[in-house]
Amino acid sequence: MSGEDSTDEETANGQSASIPSAGMPGPAPDERPHPEGRRNAQGVRIDPDAEAEPDRRTAVVSALVEHEPGVLSQVSGLFSRRQFNIESLTVGRTTVDGHARITLVVEETDHGIEQARKQLAKLPTVIQVGELDDNAVRAELVLLKVRGDEPDKVHAITEMYEGQTLDAGPRTITVQITGDQRKIDDAIDAFRQFGIIEIARTGQTALARGDTPTTPGEEPGHSTEPTDEQYPETTETDSDDDT
Amino acid sequence: MSENAVRTVSESEESNDEPTRKPEPNAEESETSQRSADSTESADPADATEPQTGASAVVNALESAGVETLFGVQGGAIMPVYDALGKSELRHVTMAHEQAAAHAADAYGIVAGTPGVCLATSGPGATNLVTGLADADMDSDPVVALTGQVPTNFVGNDAFQETDTTGVTAPVTKANYFAGETETVGDTVGEAFALASEGRPGPTLVDLPKDVTLAETDAQESTSETPEHYNPQEKPDADAVAEAARTLEAADRPLILAGGGVIKGDASPELRAFATEHDIPVATSMPAVGAFPEDHDRSVGMVGMHGTGPANMAVTHCDTLLAVGCRFDDRLTGGVDSFAPEATVVHIDIDPAEISKNVYAEVPVVGDAGTALSEIGAEMESPPDANQWREQVADWQDEYPMTYHAPEDGPVKPQFVVEAFDAVTADDTIVTTGVGQHQMWAVQFWTFTEPRTWVSSHGLGTMGYGLPAAIGARMAAEDDQQVVCFEGDGSFLMTVQELSVAVRENMDMTVAVLNNRYIGMVRQWQDAFFDGNRVASEYDWCPDFGTLAEAFGAQGFTVSHPDEVAETVAAALEYDGPSVIDFHIDPGENVYPMVKSGGANGKFALSEEQL
Repeated sequence: MSGEDSTDEETANGQSASIPSAGMPGPAPDERPHPEGRRNAQGVRIDPDAEAEPDRRTAVVSALVEHEPGVLSQVSGLFSRRQFNIESLTVGRTTVDGHARITLVVEETDHGIEQARKQLAKLPTVIQVGELDDNAVRAELVLLKVRGDEPDKVHAITEMYEGQTLDAGPRTITVQITGDQRKIDDAIDAFRQFGIIEIARTGQTALARGDTPTTPGEEPGHSTEPTDEQYPETTETDSDDDT
Repeated sequence: MSENAVRTVSESEESNDEPTRKPEPNAEESETSQRSADSTESADPADATEPQTGASAVVNALESAGVETLFGVQGGAIMPVYDALGKSELRHVTMAHEQAAAHAADAYGIVAGTPGVCLATSGPGATNLVTGLADADMDSDPVVALTGQVPTNFVGNDAFQETDTTGVTAPVTKANYFAGETETVGDTVGEAFALASEGRPGPTLVDLPKDVTLAETDAQESTSETPEHYNPQEKPDADAVAEAARTLEAADRPLILAGGGVIKGDASPELRAFATEHDIPVATSMPAVGAFPEDHDRSVGMVGMHGTGPANMAVTHCDTLLAVGCRFDDRLTGGVDSFAPEATVVHIDIDPAEISKNVYAEVPVVGDAGTALSEIGAEMESPPDANQWREQVADWQDEYPMTYHAPEDGPVKPQFVVEAFDAVTADDTIVTTGVGQHQMWAVQFWTFTEPRTWVSSHGLGTMGYGLPAAIGARMAAEDDQQVVCFEGDGSFLMTVQELSVAVRENMDMTVAVLNNRYIGMVRQWQDAFFDGNRVASEYDWCPDFGTLAEAFGAQGFTVSHPDEVAETVAAALEYDGPSVIDFHIDPGENVYPMVKSGGANGKFALSEEQL
């Protein structure tokens, strides 16, 4: 039986003539007023004549998390399923036993960065989330393996970037450079002349300057006292947080 | 490490003085277990008859959290928990499929307001829960899932019925846990339970390795507390409340948009008081249906793709939108660029991540829905001056009535069936649905007046949700509360096996199958957007649902003429037990109004020609 036919042939039998046999009564879409205003793709109310698609920017997000198995996969899974554009991600312990810091570099619109921070903060294993300003201390480490044909020149460039030679042989030289992203990029460019064989980059890690906590409300050791002894020295026991 | 130690049956007998302990055949675990370093001190003689295990700690945690009912399916890795359940007072409803257990728990959570609990074994049991957990996650329904897992020393080895359950369910749960230690397994279950309903509700899961639940432990008492750093902001910031109050006072065209958070937060009384006192029209999202009485003068009904004309007109033309516990899903907003294009948005939500996620909120208010509404109401010095707006809204209500064409000599109109049920059932009747056209007719043509009476799958849109949800709702409902399930033919077939559960438990419920021999919503879209190319949407191979119901042991009816509707509805409702009515409805009937996917709400179509 064909559904469409059966409705089309019905007439308004005993019903109000205003009700069509298929569909509903009422003024059609083009008979209705429509407001002038509108929103952009982020849901922000904008001037109808102006286009306001925000630019992307790079943000460094620092998250204090419970140091327990699975946290990294929760964070990376969150970023991939919500389609946040992640540049780098580093993890390491903090001064507080059982805590770790995840430093994320994301390239997003302001709206995307805000969402990334809020969604990150929702994860039960995440304690605090903060975004670092441009003033923050940031560093990255890179290992570069280059051809060993011109050891003197390689050494000179390494010195220039305040790096270290970790391994030197007749065919390859491996050096380590640390610094902010720009310095690393420049150094890689400089080493390119020798022929780069392999690169390993860690991604950025960062801390806020001065006494400003890196994540809001974070309670690290105080700047007035040394915190070395709070730092867990061994790695033989993993944290035993309740899960 | 002692925390990770596992005690086998034979070893525990040596180190334990419990006299009547029954040895159990657990060779598989015994071979692979380690001996505990510390032995259990002699137990209280009064308790000495039963060994206290990780599984009994799990059951104790459920009992102390106030759980009464669970839904699940037995299996190898969850057997120790079932063994402990069997010795408890908890009521377990065996479902025919784990997906249904999760849906039943979800519906239980919606109706009861406290988390529903579902259980499954490892591997396929756990993966079968995933759809139900994803459904609960999208709708912020409180659910606790307990899954069996292979013994800890098998984990990661691709053991029989092993799945990385915490990995698989991480994206669809609010929190999940791998309970690796017997001493803390009770606390973990308690925490999962507390987290499921605290703040923004959601599903949580605890994965229970078999060695952890089998091992003995003294740690039987558990706490039901959320983690230390989980502190959702219940009370809104005073400045935000003041700004919201000033914004609403100044509104010319105010509209309240109630979301599912109003129901989750039990804020329906506060919403009613607020809207009445300040005389502001109220629209709801689909999950919020029932939060505000639909027969109230200020109700404009549901906003969104299949929302009412007045609701979609009001949301399009308002100048101030008070959104409460709503996440601005695309089925509600249509195209976000055309959503409430002139409105200043005041957004109350307990989850800060929802604020400005999809629609930017000029006035964010983070907090519990009821608390925020009360505080904003108290802060407002005068109601908005909006007489003209209310008249405009009333005009739209006249212009766009929810009605349909129903010739007397047939065929049966689905809307007529919904109205026929609504007419003869009490206000507190619980309506559950599957997903599809029938779901939309149910929400459009039933007049909902009470919260927690509309139980449906909103965000995930899970076909087959209706019947298992009716089972969960039945368990949570008062004995004298009626449960009516609307299903479509295609949707019903997806979980129809659960009829066996309803029959076994003699659950008093009525299933109305709005059978048009299509997966109708797909057919409606194919006709509108794919030149009527009805690929794989024709379900003329469906069984006779009346006969099918009889085969399960339920009462079956078939209706194919409008004259038979009223008496059959009466007979089915009268029947004490599950009954199924196969309504052969007009196969050409479509759902209107309809906002095109991504379209402007104010341009809803009233017929296919207008799409």
